[in-house]
Amino acid sequence: MQLTVNGTPREIDAPGDTPLLWVLRDDLGLTGTKYGCGLAQCGACSVLVDGQVMRSCVTPVEMLEGAEITTIEAIESDPVGARVVEKWVEHQVPQCGYCQSGQVVAATALLKEIPEPTEEDIRATMVNLCRCGTYNYIRAAMTDLAGREGETL
Amino acid sequence: MTGHPAALCAAELASGRPLNLSRRGFLRGALGAGAGTLILGVGLPAGPARAQAAAAAPGTNVPAFLEIRPDGTVRLLSPFVEGGQGIFTGMAQIVGEELDADPAVFTVENAPAGADYLVIGGQMRITGGSMSVRLSYPVMRRLGALARAMLIEAAAAELGVPARELSTEPGRVVHAASGRDLGYGALAGAAFDLAVPDPDSVTLKDPSAFRWIGREQPRLDVHDKSTGRAEYAIDIRVEGMLQAAVSHAPRLGLTVGTIRNREEVAALPGVAAVEVLDGAVAVLAERWWTAKRAVEALEVDWVPFDTLPEGWREMPADFSSADFAAALAASEADETEAEAEGDAPGVLAGAETVISATYHSQYLNHAQLEPPSAVARFNGDGTLDLWLPNQAPEQYQSTVAGLTGLDPAQVRIHSPMLGGFFGRHFLYPAASPYPQAIELARRAGRPVKMIWTREQEFLRDPLRPMAAVRFRGALDGDGLPLAIEAVSATEGPTEAINGRGDQVDPTALEGLTGKAYAIPTRRMAQAYVRNPAMLAYWRSVGNSMNDFFYECFLDEMAAAGGQDPFELRRHLLRDDARLSALLEAVADLSGGWKRGPYDAPDGTRRARGIGMASPFGSEAAAIAEVSIAAGRVVVHDVWEVLDPGQAVNPALVRQQVRGAAALGLSQVLMEESVWQDGAPVARNYDMYRILPPGDMPPVHVGILESGAQIGGVGEPPLPAVPPAVANAVAALTGQPVRRMPLSRMSFES
Repeated sequence: MQLTVNGTPREIDAPGDTPLLWVLRDDLGLTGTKYGCGLAQCGACSVLVDGQVMRSCVTPVEMLEGAEITTIEAIESDPVGARVVEKWVEHQVPQCGYCQSGQVVAATALLKEIPEPTEEDIRATMVNLCRCGTYNYIRAAMTDLAGREGETL
Repeated sequence: MTGHPAALCAAELASGRPLNLSRRGFLRGALGAGAGTLILGVGLPAGPARAQAAAAAPGTNVPAFLEIRPDGTVRLLSPFVEGGQGIFTGMAQIVGEELDADPAVFTVENAPAGADYLVIGGQMRITGGSMSVRLSYPVMRRLGALARAMLIEAAAAELGVPARELSTEPGRVVHAASGRDLGYGALAGAAFDLAVPDPDSVTLKDPSAFRWIGREQPRLDVHDKSTGRAEYAIDIRVEGMLQAAVSHAPRLGLTVGTIRNREEVAALPGVAAVEVLDGAVAVLAERWWTAKRAVEALEVDWVPFDTLPEGWREMPADFSSADFAAALAASEADETEAEAEGDAPGVLAGAETVISATYHSQYLNHAQLEPPSAVARFNGDGTLDLWLPNQAPEQYQSTVAGLTGLDPAQVRIHSPMLGGFFGRHFLYPAASPYPQAIELARRAGRPVKMIWTREQEFLRDPLRPMAAVRFRGALDGDGLPLAIEAVSATEGPTEAINGRGDQVDPTALEGLTGKAYAIPTRRMAQAYVRNPAMLAYWRSVGNSMNDFFYECFLDEMAAAGGQDPFELRRHLLRDDARLSALLEAVADLSGGWKRGPYDAPDGTRRARGIGMASPFGSEAAAIAEVSIAAGRVVVHDVWEVLDPGQAVNPALVRQQVRGAAALGLSQVLMEESVWQDGAPVARNYDMYRILPPGDMPPVHVGILESGAQIGGVGEPPLPAVPPAVANAVAALTGQPVRRMPLSRMSFES
């Protein structure tokens, strides 16, 4: 089957029920998307499918024929994604960094949908887990991205 | 310092075996033809004269740590593994300060195993115990100074002037008299061929001249970590590798009896082999997903081991963590004193007011987001490359040498970035995939990458110990503490891992011991109870629970004596200038101490609590504000001040305070590894809940640089937070909180 990943059509010969996560990581060598739980609990595997955030660890690849998939590797080619990365760096968000691919993708999806999200929008959609506890920094970066005055931590 | 991770490597140090790595050989091995599509940036700086310094004291062999490229950028091999704490940036600041090179031009990678990197006391190095900066600070500064001296010497030869006429500006050597200068990049080739000068010949900078130490310096790794480019063990791929998945026996102590459908599963498309391991079955396949599906399809009859592998504990089929907690509370095991001052039993017998209470902590998982993995590759020359998440490269190297019969020099340990660690990646028996990857690579004759699923990880993750602590406190006629006694029925992680010594394991009681309060009579003792479960270090180790116990019982003593808990602490610390300043600082940060309960502008009823701790050479104090909504505790704000003596990078310190506070909140609010019928009930984040973003309050951070000896940063901010929250809840409800997590209790809103 064919997948469109980061703008490039890719021929995939993995079994159709393989989760997108493992096709990205093992077939395409795109290891920026992370495995954390395999149960759509943590969000480390988040990617964009047609601009919507999706947890790739529970998404069979056969459902995605014809869809446009964007992974963290291409996030800076998207103008919204590039802004998110810029603010992630400015606010020094990552610690271990393992969850941050998913956090950046989730933030990008939110801002593409709602350019100026409210605090409630952010609270409702930025739900990925971070064991290092970077949540205050994610919030500061998101407040900045939403165009509001906030604290630099 | 706490001795735990040091104790962990005591056995290895005792062997006294120098590691004789040939650097040129290492470089060839890492980057040679056998490496295939290896995408790691490992390898050491090339150049002659590397071998001559091989016998140099640890932390002085400049070329083993530093490479300066022609463009003036600096590559540093860090003896400490980056796992989120920002140590790469801290090391670049410390080395760069004395080298006179801007930390921003550094790229930092994890150093391989090897004697040059044993920079803690010249004997060991681990990434843990909040040791990295505090115990290597002078050594790493001196390393930078030695490199700078070599660059100056090379410049002196190049310019034909005496070295004493030369100075440096960031990245270049300057001859002021003639107005000439040379960039480090142009000098490094010649400089690093020179003999490393006598370490005592260099003078370190006066701190007043620091450009980078003590300043907020951006992290070097945030862009890579915001774009998916940072590489973790789980991302490693080597040419020709097979992927492996595993199913462990439901209880440690069982191993494979029969596999009822082995042939069937081995015949599944894409499956290369079904293998039996100690206490586990594994499947090898070209794709990990294939291996995982196949291994889960295996029908295995598990039977007890004839002989349990060394260091493993047998998990009883009827083990329950609730029953074990009750057994701890009722334990009549012999008491061993860890700290005693005065006659506690006598004072308690004669005091006007005596209160008592029993406290409990819970088992915890590390729950780092990156599941464990390992890649093993045997090479044609008899060497073994191993990529694995680890906090102690030499310990893994010597253990793997013992496991394989190889010489340690033939075992190359690669330490990629850690996707969180929190104590998870020390050497624990039965807790890591590397022995499985090695054995499978040996059998398959191909490199093997083993990844544990989250479910397998939560089955074999060794736990933060639990404890039941019986307190007694005596008060005088003014309601002030006369005596405090704590008997903790528990097992410390160090004694669980290394075996019991004749002294109390300091990691069992730290946080009950070492408190600074001027309570004249004290008795802190352990009643040792062996756990059936495997135990481990967890961020802030004994302090992670012991400060919760002590600080909450101190609030109970304050309440019994009619004292305000803040005022009581102020009184008990009145002769300790450093802690008195810290206490005032956290009160100021929170806008002045107020306990409550009081009504907040949003209509909620709130209260505040305070906790203090003295972990890992630093001092911490935290205040938390809580309310109760829908029967649950809500934490609105946390204010925390850390005094690490001196801060190398205040921005990194604040990150660590907020991160450690999050983990402390997670512990006190919701985390617990519950065991029933010999197995953990929660095997993934759906049932093992960790703090989600919605429950994270703003953490307001203060840093107090008292000038005391430099202390740790990664762990010290954690232990004060759980008691601050619990004491706030007690202030709000009028009921003491004696057990974590709070999600066990229901509250009336």
